[in-house]
Amino acid sequence: MGLSLDWSVFLQELPEGGVYYWEMLLSGLWWTLGVAACSWLIAMFFGSVIGTIRTTNSRALVFFGNAWVELFRNIPLLVQMFLWYFVLPEFIPPLKSWVVAADPAEAQFLSATLCLGLFTSARIAEQVRAGIQSLPRGQRYAAQAIGLNVTQMYRFVLLPMAYRIIIPPLTSETMNLIKNTSIALTIGLAELTFRTREMGEYTFRFFEAFTAATLIYIAIAMTANRVMAVIERRTAVPGFIAGGK
Amino acid sequence: MDFDTSVITGSLPYLWKGMQYTIQLTAIAALGGLFFGTLLALARLSSIKPLSMIAAGYVNLMRSIPLVLVIFWFFFLVPVILQTVMGYERPPQIGAERTAIITFIMFEAAYFCEIMRAGIQSIPRGQVHSAYALGLNYRQCMQLVVLPQAFRNMIPVLLTQTIILFQDTSLVYVISATDFVGAAAKIAQRDGRLIEMYLFVAVVYFVICFTLSLAVKQLQRRIAVIR
Repeated sequence: MGLSLDWSVFLQELPEGGVYYWEMLLSGLWWTLGVAACSWLIAMFFGSVIGTIRTTNSRALVFFGNAWVELFRNIPLLVQMFLWYFVLPEFIPPLKSWVVAADPAEAQFLSATLCLGLFTSARIAEQVRAGIQSLPRGQRYAAQAIGLNVTQMYRFVLLPMAYRIIIPPLTSETMNLIKNTSIALTIGLAELTFRTREMGEYTFRFFEAFTAATLIYIAIAMTANRVMAVIERRTAVPGFIAGGK
Repeated sequence: MDFDTSVITGSLPYLWKGMQYTIQLTAIAALGGLFFGTLLALARLSSIKPLSMIAAGYVNLMRSIPLVLVIFWFFFLVPVILQTVMGYERPPQIGAERTAIITFIMFEAAYFCEIMRAGIQSIPRGQVHSAYALGLNYRQCMQLVVLPQAFRNMIPVLLTQTIILFQDTSLVYVISATDFVGAAAKIAQRDGRLIEMYLFVAVVYFVICFTLSLAVKQLQRRIAVIR
C-alpha cells in the first residue's frame, strides 16, 4: 500500500515558516464557522418572512414567496455562488469598484454569506410554511375570534408553535448549511476544506489532512445536533409533541 | 456593459457534451446509489448487530461531511485503492470523470439508504408476518413483498433526491471534470465572458429542475390518489 502515515505533519511549520499546519486548518475552521453563523442568521430571517407570507391570504404575497423558493431551490449552489461573486458586481458599478479595491477575502466572505444565506432561506421557508400549515385550523380561528390582527395572530399564536414543530428539520438544514460552506472554496474563500486541500498539496499528506477535516466536520455536526436538541427540550410545551416529560 | 450571446451560441456543441456527461453521471449515480442504498438499508435494518452498525456508521459518516470533501477523498483514495487491489506498480490514472462516477454512487448510496429505510419501515409489520406465514424466506419476503411496495411509496422522494443529485453533480467542477458547469466555466475563462456563461448555466438548470419538480408534484398527486 502506498500509504505510510505521519500524523506529526500537523506540528510542522509551513514553508514560509512561523505558522504550523494545525493553525492553518484552524484558520480555515474559523472562516467556515463565520460564514455558517452569518448566513444562518440571514437564512432564518428571510426563511421566516418568506415562509410566513406563503401562508397568508394574499395571492401576490404567496406568489412572491413561491417564486423566491423555486428560484433558489432550482439552481445548483455552485452556480449561485458564481453568480454572486462573478456576475452580480458587474451589474452594480459601485459594488464592482468596492470588490476591486477590497481585500479579496472580504468580497469572498460577503458573496458566500449572502449566497448561502438566501439559498438556505428558501429551504427554511419551506419548513416554516409546513410548520404553520400543520397547525390545526382552529388556532387561526381562535386568534381571530379573540380579536388579534394578522401580525398578532402570527406573532403570538401561530409562529411560536410552528417553530417548535420544525426544530428537527431546522436541525438538518443547519447541518446542511455548515456542510455547504465548503462550496465557498470555488470562489477562493480559504475555509476548512480549502485549507485541507492546500495542506495536502504542500505536504503530500492528503490522508492525514482529509482525516483531520473529516473529524472536525463530524464534531461540528454533532455539536449542532446537541445544541438543537437542547433548544428543543428547553422550548417544549407541556402536553405537546415530545414536551411535558 | 455588453451582453454577447454569440459566446453561448458558438460554444453550444461543447456545452452539450458537458451536459451529456452531467446527465450520464446523474443517471448512473442514481441507479447505482439506489441499488447500493437499498442493500445498505437492508443491512441497517438487519438483526445482525455488526452488519447494521457498519451500515449505520457508513451512512452517518457520509451524511456528516460535505460533498466537496467526499469528492476530494475519493479523488485521492480511488487510485490508491485500485493500486493496492490490482497490485499495480504506481497508482493508475483513471481520470476525474470516472472517479466522479464512483464518488457519486458511494455518496448517494447513503442518502438513498435513508429514503429506502423510511420506505421499508412504512410497510405495516403484518405484511412481513404474513409473508413469513406463507413460507417465504427472507429474500423472497423482501424481494416480492416489502421492497416493491417500499419502492413505490418512495418514488416521489427518490425522484426529488435525483433532482438534488442532478444539481449536486455540478460540484465535480472542483476536480476539473468537464460537466455542464465545468464546460461553461472553461469557455467563460477562455473568452473572458463570465456573465453570459454563468447566467446561461443558471437559466438552463432552473428550467430543467423547475420542470422536473413540477412533474414530480404531479406524479405525487396521482400516486396518492391510487393508494
